Amino acid sequence: MALTRQDVEKVALLARLQLEPEELDQLAGQLARVLEYVDQLSQLDTSDVAPLAHAVELTNVFREDEPGQTLPREQALANAPRSDGRFYLVPAVLGE
Amino acid sequence: MSTPLWQLPAAQLLALLQQGDVGAEELAVQFLDRIEMLNERLGVFLYVNPEARQQARRIDQRRRAGEPLGPLAGLPVALKDNLCTADMPTTCASRMLQGYRSPFDATVVERLRRADAVVLGKTNLDEFAMGSSNETSYFGPVRNPWDAERIPGGSSGGAAAAVAAGLAPLSLGSDTGGSIRLPAGLCGVVGLKPTYGRVSRWGLVAFASSLDQIGPLARTAEDCALLLETVAGHDPRDSTSVPQPVPPYRQRLSEPPRQLRIGYVPEHLEQASEPVQQAVRQALDLLVQNLDAQLVPIQMSHARFAVATYYIIAPSEASSNLARYDGIHYGYRADEQAMLDQLRRQREELRRAGDDRGLEELDSPLVRLYRTTRSQGFGAEVKRRIMLGTYALSAGYYDQYYLKALKVRRLIRQDYLDAFEQVDVIAGPVSTTTAFALGEKQDPLEMYLVDLYTVGANLAGVPALSVPCGFDSEGLPVGLQLQGPLFSEARLLQLAHHYQQHTAWHKQHPQLALQV
Repeated sequence: MALTRQDVEKVALLARLQLEPEELDQLAGQLARVLEYVDQLSQLDTSDVAPLAHAVELTNVFREDEPGQTLPREQALANAPRSDGRFYLVPAVLGE
Repeated sequence: MSTPLWQLPAAQLLALLQQGDVGAEELAVQFLDRIEMLNERLGVFLYVNPEARQQARRIDQRRRAGEPLGPLAGLPVALKDNLCTADMPTTCASRMLQGYRSPFDATVVERLRRADAVVLGKTNLDEFAMGSSNETSYFGPVRNPWDAERIPGGSSGGAAAAVAAGLAPLSLGSDTGGSIRLPAGLCGVVGLKPTYGRVSRWGLVAFASSLDQIGPLARTAEDCALLLETVAGHDPRDSTSVPQPVPPYRQRLSEPPRQLRIGYVPEHLEQASEPVQQAVRQALDLLVQNLDAQLVPIQMSHARFAVATYYIIAPSEASSNLARYDGIHYGYRADEQAMLDQLRRQREELRRAGDDRGLEELDSPLVRLYRTTRSQGFGAEVKRRIMLGTYALSAGYYDQYYLKALKVRRLIRQDYLDAFEQVDVIAGPVSTTTAFALGEKQDPLEMYLVDLYTVGANLAGVPALSVPCGFDSEGLPVGLQLQGPLFSEARLLQLAHHYQQHTAWHKQHPQLALQV
């Protein structure tokens, strides 16, 4: 499984990561090796097998729709890198 | 001279506390002193609870006043630092969460507090629990107490080393692909990954939600039983936690598990190193002789695909779970001005070069903030797994990788279901070798293969534990893994308890721990 630098760059954007050129090259090689290893799964015929997302079969869990406690604003903002005490602050998204 | 308190199992310490022979404060101080003396060398604790002594003293006062106390009153416990605590930082050993304070306690922490346990602090781990050697921690590796130049196993390396070095009698860890059992095995302590859904995951920082499970580590199976029965049980805040009553695991230990059919996979033994093979075979012989058990060779024909399946599913889930670290709501954020300056320079360059396409594709300031934040906040292994998971889930590859892995996951679970038609438990090694040297495994794939025997239980959801079963010629511990059907924790603990009553591996202590 050959992974080009462009492939890795595309995935990095999807993953919201910014990789340095050396990181890109290193990752391309490492990911290719792991993908080559996991490709052994293609030896198995799974055409009649249903996917299993959870090992313990789960059914829907319902509860009464009752108002509960919510996180107070000051607590919700307590760990924010930037806030004005009411909102989270982000770089300007409009303009430019 | 009587045995020092730090060498005693938690159950014995609890009896001493209850009889008034030892005070909770006295006990806390002993462990805090040992942490003070050994932590710098071992890197076990990322944070020591400054209130621990005070909290222990209050338990002594309440006991003297004849007030009702919880079932673990005065027992010190260490928490893996991916369990949320309102009164201490929760870092996941990542720069991303350095200094993060959770607004709430995890359910398991709440239950420990209600049981009047004394939290000693938060233990080191692989960053976001991603690793098998505890070397990916942003704050530096944990060292194996049996040989400080070796790894303790991961990702709950701090949790296991804390017990092995006598820095805490009880630890809580988490296990997504072996993260409790592997370090338990390599550090010579008992570690149990319960059935998926047995313990609430509320407040456990998510890695791979369909695989993560919290569990106990301690010197004995009895201590694990004690801790498990305290933290297990349904929790409305985790809808994957199962509404089944929690058995009194500790009380059940006295029932000896007679005439069990113990299955083993011959290839799994043969693949292991010579000393591991030898120790595991001797352990199996002992179980057969003492319990009138029957050894049954079994096949797990898809077991060899477990690592490949796991390293698609776990990173896929991780890439989604870790999308929340955006530098906006909490955690690390890149220097905004530097990021904006860089973006401005790039825009000017593209403009000068007349590169319209490049200009169009250039990140918005918000996207660039996410990307810079995440690249600086996450370490190499976490980025690798996010990349792997994002790739496996991306358009064009979803069927080939993620969906394929989910199908093979069903085949792997079917192997377990079939095996448990024939046998009551599956026994084998926890890992192919004993602890390897720090820095020895540089290749990611080589590191992933360390999880060969442990990921199956997570994929199938079944409980599994590791119990010490010997040492190699260099004095490094070997672990015996016992896996059982869903919700068979009581049986696994009985078997391990029985084994420990006939062996003394767990009564040995690392030289380093005896020196202070």
